[in-house]
Amino acid sequence: MGGGTNGNITRAPKRQILRMTLGFITVLLVYQLIGEAVSTAFDLPLPGPVLGMALLFVSLVLKGSLPDGMKVTAQGILSHLSLLFVPAGVGVMMHLHLIKDEWQAISVALIVSTVLTIAVTGAVMVGLTRLTGDRPGPEEVKHD
Amino acid sequence: MTEGFYEIWVYLSTQPLLGLTVTLVAYQAGMWIYTKGGLNPLLNPVLIAVVILVGLLMLSGTDYQTYFDGAKFVHFMLGPATVALAVPLYAQFQKVRRTFPVILVSILVGSATATMSAVGVAWALGASRETLLSLAPKSVTAPIAMGIADAVGGVPSLTAVLVILTGIIGAVLGPGVLDLIRIKDWRARGIAGGTAAHGIGTARALQVSEVAGAFSSLAMGLNGLATAILLPIILGWLF
Repeated sequence: MGGGTNGNITRAPKRQILRMTLGFITVLLVYQLIGEAVSTAFDLPLPGPVLGMALLFVSLVLKGSLPDGMKVTAQGILSHLSLLFVPAGVGVMMHLHLIKDEWQAISVALIVSTVLTIAVTGAVMVGLTRLTGDRPGPEEVKHD
Repeated sequence: MTEGFYEIWVYLSTQPLLGLTVTLVAYQAGMWIYTKGGLNPLLNPVLIAVVILVGLLMLSGTDYQTYFDGAKFVHFMLGPATVALAVPLYAQFQKVRRTFPVILVSILVGSATATMSAVGVAWALGASRETLLSLAPKSVTAPIAMGIADAVGGVPSLTAVLVILTGIIGAVLGPGVLDLIRIKDWRARGIAGGTAAHGIGTARALQVSEVAGAFSSLAMGLNGLATAILLPIILGWLF
């Protein structure tokens, strides 16, 4: 669900088959492990994998470039991201009473909050870009 | 013959292989329906898979724990996949450095709006504490949202379903809402969709504009981080 489809512009002649590597899978696990360890050690409310993600992001910014193997490995894992939360989603069967008893409050909250969030976020973004004089390029505007 | 079949069922139903296999089959059935339906957000493959699996488990009288013993092999990958979200986040971040401060502020406002309005409305309508805490991270991409729900005392599996419903609502209503308030900048449309409706909003944005898709993907990652950090603080004030 998250996997990026538009990669970098492919550079030509060097023909190389890119595949997921054990090395980069290990890197992901190590970052997760560090995230879990730090989160537990300091009793942070931040989930370990999310802290691992933040640390990997900061590492990439500091490094200033994205290794091809890292990119391919991440794309591979993320290509079926939505499959990965099916098992947890099925667990809702143990909480069906919550949905049954509170479906009205839940549906109204979901619809109101989602519409409001889209409107507010979009409006703030447009307002701030105008304020900073950052005009959208021609391909960045929706034509009716 | 029927007795032999029953014995095989009794054996297989306790083996992890069965739970793992039906998970993959149900997900692919969901993907097939979603693709056949022209990628209509209402035919969300995860929701279809969850409905099929819950139905199968209830019909066969299998408890969730037995199923999860097999499905946990898929579930385990959530952790490394969450870490891997840093990669598309970094790739998009590189492209928009110039606009980044504006994007960050918009997403922080969006994150606060999403959590406070969801919790506020549900609380006013009498939802239980369990539901409120599960609802709070509903605009965040599911792997991160489940982690947040777990950390703040919600029910991660309920959160997963609420996250998907949020994505569907955002993908269906979002474009109309943005047209209504006359937002034509694809960058703002993408940021709004990704912040409110995570990956499902991003998939929808990618169908109409590559620019909107890229900004939506960035918003999804950043909103995940922002909400993971801010939500425990906001909930600390509210409860």
